[in-house]
Amino acid sequence: MQPGKRVLHLKVNGEAVDVLTETRKTLLEVLREDLNLTGTKHGCELGECGTCTVLVDGEPVLSCLMLGAEAEGSEILSVEGMARGSEPHPLQQAFVATGAAQCGYCIPGMLLTAKALLEHNPHPSREDIREALSGNLCRCTGYTKIIDAVEMAARAETP
Amino acid sequence: MDDLRRVSTATNPDSEAYGFTPDRPVTTIAIPAPPTRPEKPEGLSVVGKSLPKVDAYVKVTGSLKYADDIVLARTVFGRMVRSPHAHARIERVNVERARALPGVVAVVTGDEIPVLYGHLPSSPDETALAIDKVRYVGEPVVAVIAEDELTAEEALELVEVEYEPLDSVMSIEDGLRDDLNKIHEDSRKRANIHKEVHLEFGPVAEGFAGADRIFEDEYFFDGNTHAPLEQHSVLANCELDGKITIWSSTQNPHYLHRVMASVLGMPASRLRIVACPVGGGFGAKTDVFNHEVVAAYASRKLGRPVKFTLTREEVFYAHRGRHPVLMKLRTGVLRDGTITAVKLDTWLDGGAFSSYGVASTYYTGALLPVTYKIPAFTFNGVRVFTNKPPCGPKRGHGTPQPRFAFECQLDKIADELGLDAAEYRRRIAVEPYSTTANQLRITSCGLDQCIEAVNTRGGYSAKHGKLPYGKGIGIAASAYITGAGMPIYRNAMPHSGAIVKVDRSGGVTVFCGVSDCGQGSTHMLATVVAEALGVDIMDVQVFMADTDLTPVDLGSYSSRVTFMAGNAARYAAESVREKLAAVAGPKLGIPPERCGFARRRVFDRDDPGHGLPLLEVFQLAEAHYGTLAGVGSYTPPEGIKGDFKGAGVGPSPAYTYSACVAEVDVDAETGEVRVERIVLAHDCGRALNPAVVEGQIEGSVYMALGEILMERSEYRGDLHKYPNLLEYKTLMSVDMPVIETIIIETDDIEGPYGAKEVGQGALLPVIPAVANAVADAVGVRINANPLTPWAVLKALEEKRTASKAGHASGAASREGAELP
Repeated sequence: MQPGKRVLHLKVNGEAVDVLTETRKTLLEVLREDLNLTGTKHGCELGECGTCTVLVDGEPVLSCLMLGAEAEGSEILSVEGMARGSEPHPLQQAFVATGAAQCGYCIPGMLLTAKALLEHNPHPSREDIREALSGNLCRCTGYTKIIDAVEMAARAETP
Repeated sequence: MDDLRRVSTATNPDSEAYGFTPDRPVTTIAIPAPPTRPEKPEGLSVVGKSLPKVDAYVKVTGSLKYADDIVLARTVFGRMVRSPHAHARIERVNVERARALPGVVAVVTGDEIPVLYGHLPSSPDETALAIDKVRYVGEPVVAVIAEDELTAEEALELVEVEYEPLDSVMSIEDGLRDDLNKIHEDSRKRANIHKEVHLEFGPVAEGFAGADRIFEDEYFFDGNTHAPLEQHSVLANCELDGKITIWSSTQNPHYLHRVMASVLGMPASRLRIVACPVGGGFGAKTDVFNHEVVAAYASRKLGRPVKFTLTREEVFYAHRGRHPVLMKLRTGVLRDGTITAVKLDTWLDGGAFSSYGVASTYYTGALLPVTYKIPAFTFNGVRVFTNKPPCGPKRGHGTPQPRFAFECQLDKIADELGLDAAEYRRRIAVEPYSTTANQLRITSCGLDQCIEAVNTRGGYSAKHGKLPYGKGIGIAASAYITGAGMPIYRNAMPHSGAIVKVDRSGGVTVFCGVSDCGQGSTHMLATVVAEALGVDIMDVQVFMADTDLTPVDLGSYSSRVTFMAGNAARYAAESVREKLAAVAGPKLGIPPERCGFARRRVFDRDDPGHGLPLLEVFQLAEAHYGTLAGVGSYTPPEGIKGDFKGAGVGPSPAYTYSACVAEVDVDAETGEVRVERIVLAHDCGRALNPAVVEGQIEGSVYMALGEILMERSEYRGDLHKYPNLLEYKTLMSVDMPVIETIIIETDDIEGPYGAKEVGQGALLPVIPAVANAVADAVGVRINANPLTPWAVLKALEEKRTASKAGHASGAASREGAELP
């Protein structure tokens, strides 16, 4: 193997993947550049904006601050893995219904942060949602319709 | 309908570039007659419904490709060496060590691409890479292209540039000094002045002479930046036949196309610009950028795809954001508040290059008379060059600054004359179908309804002056253009064009050159076309912003898209509909003009139960006429501009109106301002999709709150103090107040289905409404933004000192803001 490279064993969006990557690469770069999962976006690559959020073993992680090597053996969920087959995830459905996506660039990170919230807290208050999303910046929406969407998805999931 | 068609085919021989004197004067401003009935096409089935956006799913699945998501085999990556000096001569550049680094495939220096360019053809002053001197910290000097980004980054360290530093010019005051170095040495203007404007309309001297009271105040609006979450990115690919394709995060593919052809010295027909979906624009991506030019140049040189993606720090240097503006505002009023005359002087800190600066300068004055009746108006604007990243257009372009000043002063006038500020504003509001002192044509106008609506919902008149100390309520109103009435370069061609194709599948495709930066252009085109043809909105495919595929549209700036591209698409669809009606009419046994189109059916308007499936009509028409397509174009009507130099900035086919009531809580101990509630009414003509309109209003409120509470481009010496998203403070989800939006519909007679803009205008009244609410809460008027805790505490302290000394409380102004 070339120096500075290693094989990572990951489970990405439910599938086992072995990927040959440079050890210096962040998880963000592994996803975007090595696995072509460009749904994960970047806004600063310094951990400031929340745009690159993915779930690592169910927890929201800023993929720009985590080395790919640190994720060895982990289960990664990116926006591409949210839908259940051809059924959109209730959060995706709610973001569509409320018009929560304007430019859409922050949306993958918002969706995954919201998904982690709903898994821990299926009945969040509006305050809980605002708090959970406070690390994800959005410059288009004023957050209003994004928060509406998470509320709607939480209601939809409640029997 | 007939009226609209006339507008669509009109050409405009007087189109002029900003700052050019027209060949022949246009003397009269033609005011169309008010409509006798509101223009409400019958049977609307798509317009007015909050349908999910047609491009919503690709945005929630991650499948939408932004510029940096596009990958081509053999791509090489570029990075740029940027100046560490604000102002310096380049003495020597040595790139040999960088070139020798394994993995580096090219190094580009400024002298290789020496053609001057600029967004406005009247003021080209930029080159792709600095030649001879640098003018701001962060200006690109040398570009390195390598097999991967890391190698390019390493090579940057190996480029040697020797500089001879010069005095830097870092403020408006510096820019007016004659003893400092000139930033642009070939300029014939005094000091570092870039543009000077002097305009006078109506009897100004008489107006002031006849006033009962004259109010004179100084204001300072600090600069801030768009900070779109997507960092600018470009991918250029030159094929062996010499044709270059450029995928870029640009709002303005057409202007990029023109400039790129001239800088690269090749026919535009051999260049293809694809504007990718933009991950946030707000004006940030309207200019031509260094990295775009270098990528295209390097790709041609290398025969390989070249990609540049800016880092977040570089986005702060690319800037083109809000100009810091110093303002001196003088208003004469009668005892009842009637305005007799206004004099506005503005000084703009332009940064190192012209960019849109000539237009920005005019915009600090041009729209002031569009909101209230101002019979006499004089305006002097001066833009100076400084050694900072260039300023340009940010949401509201040049108008939030004077709107802040004017609405704050109006509030003071109401206070001192004992008037209710809401009722006062209604009394002096401009009338629909009128002209302004500076010869602008106002058509539909919902200003009065907007003010009334926010006052009723927000309870301004009931609460103002009656809330406990620390709680306050404020009001403000504003107007904005629906598209610039003149193109940026002189020409008589349409501002927007569209092609609509239908075929036997039942599908409809729209081709239009406009770009989408998240405001909903894609959905707007689908809405207008689906409405015109009676198809389901999901039957419509939209192809946009590709100079090979789509007719020219001037771009996503000046809030022009819905009005101009919307009209072009509508005319294109209607020309297809005529053919459909011509075959459906005989089949239904009715005259073609009685055919209605809705819900995938063609029917008899007088007997809607009698109809045909639309699919069948598409097939009949294709059999009869052959391939079915229609074209449409939009050019603003003639006679909407005045006959003076500078009249090219300000005219618009329609103006939108907004009003805002803000409620705040001010902690007098810490100085913290918390906005608790915003009520905003916006006259958008007609909401093509109310949910999208609400979204634009909410986003405008958010961005405005950032500008009045925290956002600021601040410098420490020559350095941007915090070119990052951690310290450049923006509002987070937890900071947002309750926003109540009210949509006012005035059915503009020239807008597509009556629609006007919403993306920018709604930002304008929020900023002064919050400032006025803070004045109500704690009794001090702070004439500068942002209202940080420090600014509020300082103003409160000054008030205490002044009252101890026995003076009346004075306005706090920016530290060191001595008026020139």
